[in-house]
Amino acid sequence: MHKLKLLLAGTVAALALSGAAAHAARGTDGDLKILFWQAVSTMNPYLSGGTKEVFASSIVIEPLARTDEKGELVPFLAAEIPTIDNGGLAKDLLSLTWKLKPDVKWSDGTPFTAEDVIFTWKYCTAPDGGCAQAAQYEGVKNVEAVDPHTVKITFTEPKPYPYSAFVGGQSPIIQAAQFKDCVGAKAPGCTSANFGPIGTGPFVVKDFKPNDVITFAANANYRDPAKPAFASITLKGGGDAASAARAVLETGEYDYAWNTMVEPEVLQTMLAAGKGRLESAFGTNVERINLNHFNADPSLGDKRSTADAGPHPSLKDPAVRRALSLAIDRDIIVEAGYGAAGKATCNIVPAPAAVASTKNDEWCLKQDIAGANKLLDDAGWVKGADGIRAKDGVKLSYLYSTSTNSVRQATQELVKAMWAEIGVGAELRNASAAVFFGGDPASPDTFQKFYADVEMYTNNFDGTDPEKYLAEWLCDKVPGPANGWQGQNIPRYCNPAYDKLVGELSKTADVEKRNALSKQLNDMLTEEGAHIALVHRGDLSAFAVTLEGVKMNSWDSQLWNLADWYRKK
Amino acid sequence: MFTYTLRRLFFAIPTLLIISFVIFALLDLAPNDPTGDLPLTIPPEVREQIRASLGMDQPFFFRYLAWLQQFFINEPLNILERLTGWQFGDGQRLRVLSWATRSPVVDLIVQRLPQTLWVVGLAYLFGILIAIPIGVISAYRQYSIFDQIGTFISMVGYSVPTFFTGVLLIVIFSSYLQWFPSVYDTNLQVTDFSSFVAQMRQMALPVAVLALYNASQIARFVRASMLDNLHQDYVRTARAKGVKEKTVLLVHVLRNSLIPVVTVIALGVPTIFSGAIITEQIFRVNGLGQLLITAVQGADIPLVQTLTFIFAVLIVLFNLIADVLYGILDPRIRYD
Repeated sequence: MHKLKLLLAGTVAALALSGAAAHAARGTDGDLKILFWQAVSTMNPYLSGGTKEVFASSIVIEPLARTDEKGELVPFLAAEIPTIDNGGLAKDLLSLTWKLKPDVKWSDGTPFTAEDVIFTWKYCTAPDGGCAQAAQYEGVKNVEAVDPHTVKITFTEPKPYPYSAFVGGQSPIIQAAQFKDCVGAKAPGCTSANFGPIGTGPFVVKDFKPNDVITFAANANYRDPAKPAFASITLKGGGDAASAARAVLETGEYDYAWNTMVEPEVLQTMLAAGKGRLESAFGTNVERINLNHFNADPSLGDKRSTADAGPHPSLKDPAVRRALSLAIDRDIIVEAGYGAAGKATCNIVPAPAAVASTKNDEWCLKQDIAGANKLLDDAGWVKGADGIRAKDGVKLSYLYSTSTNSVRQATQELVKAMWAEIGVGAELRNASAAVFFGGDPASPDTFQKFYADVEMYTNNFDGTDPEKYLAEWLCDKVPGPANGWQGQNIPRYCNPAYDKLVGELSKTADVEKRNALSKQLNDMLTEEGAHIALVHRGDLSAFAVTLEGVKMNSWDSQLWNLADWYRKK
Repeated sequence: MFTYTLRRLFFAIPTLLIISFVIFALLDLAPNDPTGDLPLTIPPEVREQIRASLGMDQPFFFRYLAWLQQFFINEPLNILERLTGWQFGDGQRLRVLSWATRSPVVDLIVQRLPQTLWVVGLAYLFGILIAIPIGVISAYRQYSIFDQIGTFISMVGYSVPTFFTGVLLIVIFSSYLQWFPSVYDTNLQVTDFSSFVAQMRQMALPVAVLALYNASQIARFVRASMLDNLHQDYVRTARAKGVKEKTVLLVHVLRNSLIPVVTVIALGVPTIFSGAIITEQIFRVNGLGQLLITAVQGADIPLVQTLTFIFAVLIVLFNLIADVLYGILDPRIRYD
């Protein structure tokens, strides 16, 4: 604290001498202290893929363009966003031409050119490299330099939405000179490059202690001479979300804590100290309950949850799926577990606004116990002596699994109580996140295997275009032994009409039409009960009251506009 | 004694090999996956490529043998090279690489060791220094007020978990009183008096939490051992000879009582190295305990394997040291 005051005093003195405006000079605002409760393991997002690594590396390395807090593309290393109108995107959707900013320098003083962009593509697509962001470069046939400041990307097939390669925190440009000997299988061996990449961003890595703390200094070669306002950054890692929130909101030791997803009541007491504020931003995360369309009866052994097991004995009934959704009061779940970081939703594509449907909000967002009971009565599901409904010996009693997490377990309890009101029983189970999401084909507890009747977790899509995401519910993406349980159609939903519509979306370039199709697909999933969307989850982070210039962003790294952050005097 | 020590060291080799195999097999069977923490937006094919680049697609025995070679041959050679400046071969040896950071595991351990030794080691030392006088007085004045209070505190210290005392101290001393920081600054360099004070301040809370825990445990041992000896015939003899009470207590009884205590202390030393996993995590001390827990959570198997194996080596080693010490301290015990 004392140190901080001294620094502040020094800063004020320096400012008084220079007579500059509050945030108009580089490095005048001292040290910015950031806390990530999951410590950063490496500064190379191509080798890790974890959100914490993507965010931390975004301090140093930049993509051609980012998505701003409103979900719109803004050029970073590019001079402008290529579109059909300005000729950047070819009419046949087979190539995209980026014009780079002319005078950008790497932090070592060398010029940034098209060669670096090409190298980045080669680096991530090299065989044996295990590049974690390979999906960003999917469908890219070639990347070539038209001139030193123009890059042309050609695609293998028409790309209606071409802004994934070199766009966003997941695919920043790395320096060809630094990484030239680190391609493919040699990538992990380049420890010093992976821990201290040379970048074009507002800061450079000064010291990297893996899984602990990183110190950054302002980049002397940053393209805007007045930025960044901070002279250095200390990014500390480790601990847990609650204590990270406390360090910003209550003790004031840190300026910014990432992902402070803690129960709302706990945060309220911390906010009372008046040292910080919470900000949330909503991206595309949706907490959902997947309904298993295949039979998950344990007596079926290895066949359960596969096509061989046949349809689920009770969840195959659309009335049951609809009733399960109607019985849930989403507002209570939001209030108890998410607070400002959640909104009730019935859509699997909740944002951006242009593709977010409101068609089903009418019936779905409001709890309707009577309506749900009537649906089940009409469908012939009769309550037994134990209060659980049954028909032809099939009971509406479900195994309900999720990952271990206090908010999820509380939500499980709430949903169980709500379902009890319509005569549906639930047995709760949870598995450690590393196992549940681990995807080990030998483990019975992964979400892909889905050895349960219903399961709950969050998923989202990168960027603002949902096409690839909506394609996850295609019939041929159903996980099973044949594909090593790797498909992404976890609920095992299969509808040829849906498949056809996704095919149509992939061929449509017109933005309006794409949005309409996306909404239609989303509505199909909600109406047919592929899953029950529960909560549109936001990102929640804590900021010190003195920190200004922050624009919470869910579409890209939360540190996307770090160069503009400054301290209020 | 020397031949005994040699024999024990020799027997330690197969023991450690078996331990390393068991650890490796257990970790391999565990349903953990290094790609489990990645966002779900990373598609399955890419996850498959990541696993392959980590070498997970190779057969179990091949991976085990590779680890043995990296740990027992490549890493020692590297350390030797660094210490002596000699060059063996081309110096391009495959090292044990952590999956999460993709950097050599040994470098991570070297980076973490000093913090653990300082914080956990100091807490252990303080624990011993507090425990011995408390144990001695408690035993000498059995059932006195001092003994009752001492027993109460050690019971509390022993039974209340560190994740509770740690957070309690943070709430009191960091949030409310604001005397000590709640987050350990691992970048702090002790260069002058003020940075030394800062270092002391940030070590105060974690050391206090661990010292309380260690002291409680050892104080109970000292007390029990003292009580055993206080009623021995040689004590009565000494008193009958007119030896001063202070000498009886501190020379005759304490020395004999410390023999089992020294064993307990020696056996506890490996826990210093394994770090206080929970305490380090709470105070964000970047020690070995925190390294281990993040590695476990992230399924960073090479790191977990190497760390647990080093702890196994230390346990085997300190068991031997405890046995040898016992022989030196207690003339009644002879191994040869």
